Amino acid sequence: MPIRAVVTLLATVVVLLLLVSFRTPPSNTLGVLPPLRQSTQPTSAPTPTASGAPPAGSGSPTPSASGTRLKNGSFTGQDFPNFYGDVQVKLVVSGGKITDVVPLQYPTDRPQSAYISSVAVPLLRTEVLQAQSAQIDVISGATFTSDSYAQSVQSALALARA
Amino acid sequence: MGTVIAIDVRDRGVAEEVLDSVFAWFHDVDARFSTFRSDSEISRLGRGELRVSDCTGDVREVLFLCEEVRRISEGCFDIWQGGRCDPSALVKGWSVERASLILKAAGARNYFINAGGDIVAAGRPAPDRNWRVGIRHPEQTDRLAAVLSVTDLAVATSGTYERGEHIVDPRSGAPLTGLLSMTVIGPSLAYADAYSTAAFVMGADGASWVAAIDGYEALAITDQRLTTWTSGVDGLLVRDGAATAG
Repeated sequence: MPIRAVVTLLATVVVLLLLVSFRTPPSNTLGVLPPLRQSTQPTSAPTPTASGAPPAGSGSPTPSASGTRLKNGSFTGQDFPNFYGDVQVKLVVSGGKITDVVPLQYPTDRPQSAYISSVAVPLLRTEVLQAQSAQIDVISGATFTSDSYAQSVQSALALARA
Repeated sequence: MGTVIAIDVRDRGVAEEVLDSVFAWFHDVDARFSTFRSDSEISRLGRGELRVSDCTGDVREVLFLCEEVRRISEGCFDIWQGGRCDPSALVKGWSVERASLILKAAGARNYFINAGGDIVAAGRPAPDRNWRVGIRHPEQTDRLAAVLSVTDLAVATSGTYERGEHIVDPRSGAPLTGLLSMTVIGPSLAYADAYSTAAFVMGADGASWVAAIDGYEALAITDQRLTTWTSGVDGLLVRDGAATAG
């Protein structure tokens, strides 16, 4: 049981990952990544302590029910415009925790903005949910970021805390 | 631009007000380092309106670290490209590392900070286990490519899915091929962040380059969809059906 509930901060910081430059189409053909051990010279690797952690079976966050900082219910964030169009999300809070982030509005008016939305919105949803996964504490990965998405989530969070 | 910053403190008795200090820090970093703000020190430096010696100590520290990584990466990491200055590939990790010090000073020992996928994981989430860090699959947004079990380590990932073809080889200006994703694990997130960018630029040679740096390890996903890692990652990998050593 965590001593403190997960706190998600949404801040404007120096992350400069502009959606505008993304042009590579996604690959839809990918199965399980074949593992391959790379042989490199031994280095002074960090030594983990034995954790006996159960294997992580899924990348999908499983919301846990601990922590009670937020009111249960659905909270609709404000609509924030950006270069590609408007972004608006709805937070779903259950058991005092965010269990889903539902995009109500996101840019789809041009092929590029539609593609960006199709990739970025699931990533950002994972971003908000990640810390509440039962099996995975936190996720590392290059991410799309969106001020307007963060702002809409933040405005919804304010409602959930009110 | 913004990102989502998640902070999870597991220690009892850490005053919640420390999060305000962390917030204030990130806003301060944004004001001074953002390339999207024309009045930031970095923007003014890039335009030649500021000399390095006129910058604040934090900016000079970042520039110093960037120069160090540029040198040891033989130019694969270079914040000066196309006549502009963009140190964000190091600043993100550096700012989180500083935020981590703010939490430590407030008595926190077991916490993580995740800024858009760059992570400082301190202590443990519970006495009987380490932090479990998922490495996002570079092509399937709802899947993980690997899971690491870490304590007191930083994890940073660079990838093409981050900025598309925006990441180019600073030595030639050519688009990069070879890797989809490069994760670097080590004691400092500022370095791990910069190393992951440099190693991503190096492509197939990147992981070996990281392994030669004391204390740092790498996990790469190639454009052939192979997951490769340096030997030091062996002890960190949480094995499951999709990530057993082959």
